[in-house]
Amino acid sequence: MWRIIHQFGSPPWVYRFCDKVIPWLMPITIGALLVGSVWGLLFAPTDYKQGDSYRIIYIHVPAAVVALAGYYVMALAGLVSLVWRVKLADTAMRAAAPIGAAYTAIALITGAIWGKPTWGAWWVWDARITSMLILFFLYVGVIALFEAYENKTVAARACAILSLVGTVNIPIIYKSVDWWYSLHQPASIKFTGSSAIDASMLYPLLGMIITFYALFALLMMLNLKQSLTEEYAQSAWLNKRLAA
Amino acid sequence: MTETRDIDILHYCRSQTARHLMLMVRSPSEVVNPLLFFLLVIVLFPLGLGPDPEQLSVLAPGILWVVALLSNLMICMRLFVDDLEDGSLEQVAMARVPLSIAVLPQLLASWLASGLLLSLVSPIFGLMLGLPLDVAPVLVASLLMGTAIMLLLGAVGAALTVGVQRGGILLAILILPLYVPILIAGTRALNEALHGGDPTVALALLGAGVTGGLLLAPVAIAAGVRVSLEL
Amino acid sequence: MTTALLEARDLSIHKGLRQLLKDVTLCVEPGDLWQLAGGNGIGKTSLLRSFARLASIEVYGDLSRCDDVLYIGHSAALKGAMTPRQNLKYHPSGLCTPTDTEIEEALAAVGLAGYENALTARLSAGQKRRVALARLFLPSGRLWLLDEPFTALDVAGVAILEQRFTAHAQAGGAVVFTSHQSADLGGLLNVLDLEQFRGD
Repeated sequence: MWRIIHQFGSPPWVYRFCDKVIPWLMPITIGALLVGSVWGLLFAPTDYKQGDSYRIIYIHVPAAVVALAGYYVMALAGLVSLVWRVKLADTAMRAAAPIGAAYTAIALITGAIWGKPTWGAWWVWDARITSMLILFFLYVGVIALFEAYENKTVAARACAILSLVGTVNIPIIYKSVDWWYSLHQPASIKFTGSSAIDASMLYPLLGMIITFYALFALLMMLNLKQSLTEEYAQSAWLNKRLAA
Repeated sequence: MTETRDIDILHYCRSQTARHLMLMVRSPSEVVNPLLFFLLVIVLFPLGLGPDPEQLSVLAPGILWVVALLSNLMICMRLFVDDLEDGSLEQVAMARVPLSIAVLPQLLASWLASGLLLSLVSPIFGLMLGLPLDVAPVLVASLLMGTAIMLLLGAVGAALTVGVQRGGILLAILILPLYVPILIAGTRALNEALHGGDPTVALALLGAGVTGGLLLAPVAIAAGVRVSLEL
Repeated sequence: MTTALLEARDLSIHKGLRQLLKDVTLCVEPGDLWQLAGGNGIGKTSLLRSFARLASIEVYGDLSRCDDVLYIGHSAALKGAMTPRQNLKYHPSGLCTPTDTEIEEALAAVGLAGYENALTARLSAGQKRRVALARLFLPSGRLWLLDEPFTALDVAGVAILEQRFTAHAQAGGAVVFTSHQSADLGGLLNVLDLEQFRGD
């Protein structure tokens, strides 16, 4: 167990791993993204209730799902850094934050795009979207905290603590927003109905969710590789590798 | 002469609470200003929304809670600043009392001088916004608990940002999202009381928040203080 | 079980991207007086704070230390709005109930008899420093970590402090302090020049 953590925490090992995985993950992910988007946006059947405007969920839902998961990835990296003092975990946490924030922003924007034709307003204070907005602020908070400290090693420690606090609070926030929404909204509008979703719509949706996860991993690896290149620019193992 | 006597945690907490209360008494503006702020912002709402008493009383729970939130933010911005600057915070960290406990006296003193006062005085502000006096018990109870949770959460943010330049705005960004559940529960309790419903669920949730906060927040606050002391 | 009050082995201290000190090794036994010496910015305060465990994130290496530690940093941890008596009685480090007599004796020992109830804000810089140092005359720790303790002290104050250090060491305690000035501690003083540990 200790050996595994040590291995994951070893910069040369992680760098090699990224180098091995990125060359094939990148084309697959981009390909899957293209296929999934086209399928969902153009070829999936028209919804009988919402017409064609619902198609944006093929971007919106995967973005929202991975945005939330991304926060937990970030907090997990923070935890590893706090408990096992693995420096690479700091770098991973730093890599995850802006990617997660971008996903949340995409979820919010696509949510608005969905909202306009469906309910006539660019912004509707629905439970899901409101929770997503708060998640966005949580991400922004972590990034802002990191930028505020000059000493980046200490900054990472502070961000680890903040992400863990956020992690504990996220379920509470989501539940309380649900509760708030259930009282105030007369009509029961649901973005993702718990009602049965047809297989012809479900499969592309699931596919896109998996693709978005893969994209997250890909972006993380690219970011990690970049950070490692900067951080270890002077060290022997990196220069040997780049020369090879 | 070189032996330190053993530290009694309870005695330490009492002495430090006394210290902070003494300091607050010596600078009364620290206590009065948040209350004045509360009053001033409450006054802004009828000016902005119109004096119609019925409309105001509908909006009153939300207004009161949002303003309570903002006052609390102001208090949290001041929390560890002085002690960090003059080296007292270092000494607290060096005390042979677990830091998660050692930070509580200041929070207690702060709450007594702010949250407690605010909650007791709030029915007056409620009256100004058209809130009938019979919901006063619910208002006071919910604010007593809500301000306690807000202070505990805010202290986590304060601990993380005290060493940072212009940390005030950063503090707001960090903890306002975390305040959302408190806001929701507090306004829910008030609205239920206003419309003859049952506020006990919301109040119980606030109570759970206080308990949870007391259990979990001190660890995070201590961790944050240690990070800020590294700078 | 070692008798050393502090043992540091191959300690290296970083600050952001810079390495301040490396391979610092020090063993502090009861009765030792150590001065950490070196130019400005070499890392004296950082090293002392790492001994106090106030800095630990960027500290690598082995450090073991007894728990009975007293630390006085650059800032005196004094509240201007309180009197010296109150500052000592309610000291945030948990001075565990010094009695009023003990406080008066301590303040007298640093030459501030009669100032117990003055407002600390009205004292001079040197007097404030003496109030901070009055802690050393109360029941305190075995290991003293002091950052620039001689700052703002006049000749009399320096003498009082030097005597106190010697007495403390003779009673089995130890003092580790940083200073620009060289203290006259009668040959008991060990000086650790940090230049030899300068980082890359």
